[in-house]
Amino acid sequence: MSWLRAPSYADVVPQVRLAGPMPWVIAIMVALTVIAMAAGLSLRNTARVATADLAGGVTVQIVEASPEKRAAQSRAALAALRTMPGFVSARAVPDDEISALIEPWIASGNDTAEGIPVPALIDARVEGAITAERLTEWQQRLRKVAPAARVDAQAQWLKPVFAAIQSLQWLALALALLLALAMAAAVLLAVRTGLGAHRTTIETVHMLGGTDGQIAGVFQRTTAIDAAAGGAVGLALGLLIILALGRQFASLGAGFVDGGALGLTDWIVLALVPVAGVLLAMVTARFTVLRALTKMS
Amino acid sequence: MASQSGEEIVQFHNVGLRYGAEREVLSDISFTLFPGSFYFLTGASGAGKSSLLKLLYLAQRQSRGSIRLFGRDAITVHRRKLPELRRRVGVVFQDFRLVPHLSAFDNVALPLRVAGASESEIEKPVRDMLEWVDLADRMHARPATLSGGEQQRVGIARAVIGRPELLVADEPTGNVDPEMAVKLLRLFEALNRLGTTVVVATHDIHLLKKVPDSLIMRLDKGKLSDPTGVLRYPPRPKPLSAR
Repeated sequence: MSWLRAPSYADVVPQVRLAGPMPWVIAIMVALTVIAMAAGLSLRNTARVATADLAGGVTVQIVEASPEKRAAQSRAALAALRTMPGFVSARAVPDDEISALIEPWIASGNDTAEGIPVPALIDARVEGAITAERLTEWQQRLRKVAPAARVDAQAQWLKPVFAAIQSLQWLALALALLLALAMAAAVLLAVRTGLGAHRTTIETVHMLGGTDGQIAGVFQRTTAIDAAAGGAVGLALGLLIILALGRQFASLGAGFVDGGALGLTDWIVLALVPVAGVLLAMVTARFTVLRALTKMS
Repeated sequence: MASQSGEEIVQFHNVGLRYGAEREVLSDISFTLFPGSFYFLTGASGAGKSSLLKLLYLAQRQSRGSIRLFGRDAITVHRRKLPELRRRVGVVFQDFRLVPHLSAFDNVALPLRVAGASESEIEKPVRDMLEWVDLADRMHARPATLSGGEQQRVGIARAVIGRPELLVADEPTGNVDPEMAVKLLRLFEALNRLGTTVVVATHDIHLLKKVPDSLIMRLDKGKLSDPTGVLRYPPRPKPLSAR
């Protein structure tokens, strides 16, 4: 951490901090990165919670138009499931619950039951992984007692949702990387401008025996201080936005969304974004200066 | 003046220098500088004095020929080794090259700081040096508030503060009054007596007489003549008394 200590020649390049646009550019980049990372982490948590909830869950639908036959097959299927190996529990989903599930899309109350035949549902939990082979075997056995039975793994229903979530996670990661690139480019431009403005001084320091490393160190340190200040502001801004968004989502009260809440590790990861920003800015500044100095005498 | 015996500090052999596609500003330059000698480099404006000095303090690389500085080839020396060589050379720039936002004190202290000296090692020598060049009361002033002569003296103090083995001065008395010019020459002589090889570029022929034991190199349109007969190559040092 010796770079934190200012060398005695550090002021050979004017130490004007927080005066240029760089700290504010870094603040914006860090804030956007923090938000993108928070979105990615939240989506990952949502997917994890949903996967855990749905893992080991099997839904048996009795797709039969006749209410009497549907009820009879549902009872028979339920009884069969309770004796089949691998099944831990099974319960028939009450009509009220089914009505409540489909209410947002169809209608409410008696209209549903009377107007559209809705399959009977059995919610079952099984031990072990749910493979396509096991699903086929269960369906074949159930169809002997309930010909209208259809067996689905619950996780299967949400596969497209998980795929979409995964895509969004990659998108968040790509955004974070693009923002890092943009930040590196901003640092590069700022350092090049600084080098151009102080070219004569730098050449003089060279002539006095100053090394490329010493000159790069001066720029690296100034950049680190600017990046740290910008990073702190950006982190604060990003966290404020995340907290505000979190409140809004929490007020929805939807279980699926609640699963996206950020944990302690996630907050630590977000807090490390400005640290990574400072490191990136320092490395960019150092290599920019060293590369430029090779073209000087 | 110190003896010329011992290993040569600088060797030029058939050196040529051109900037871009222009004609050569220096042609077929060959000479040797010995430790502890005092040289004047004279010539009219545009003769190539500053270019020759740039080669000496490694600000420029020659277009042809070979230059050896402290036994190292100037072309093949690795970039990482250049600072080490440059710290052995003190340079008085014609345009002073003071760092504008640093005080006179900090400008003079700069070579010591980049060499890694601690602040306690810097304080006294820098104050003494500024006192020597009559700038003790101006040590906190920035270059912009100093006169041309004062800036010149800060530049000289900066060049000699690290007790270089070779001092290269480009028109060091051009901006100072005659009294101060003599005083600065005495400083160079004092350094020379301590073993520093001094090369002073000047077009002021009156200055040459003020250092009687000095050797003279004359540049004319990029060619070097040798009026004191000591610059022949390969080097054949002679005791001063023999010249």
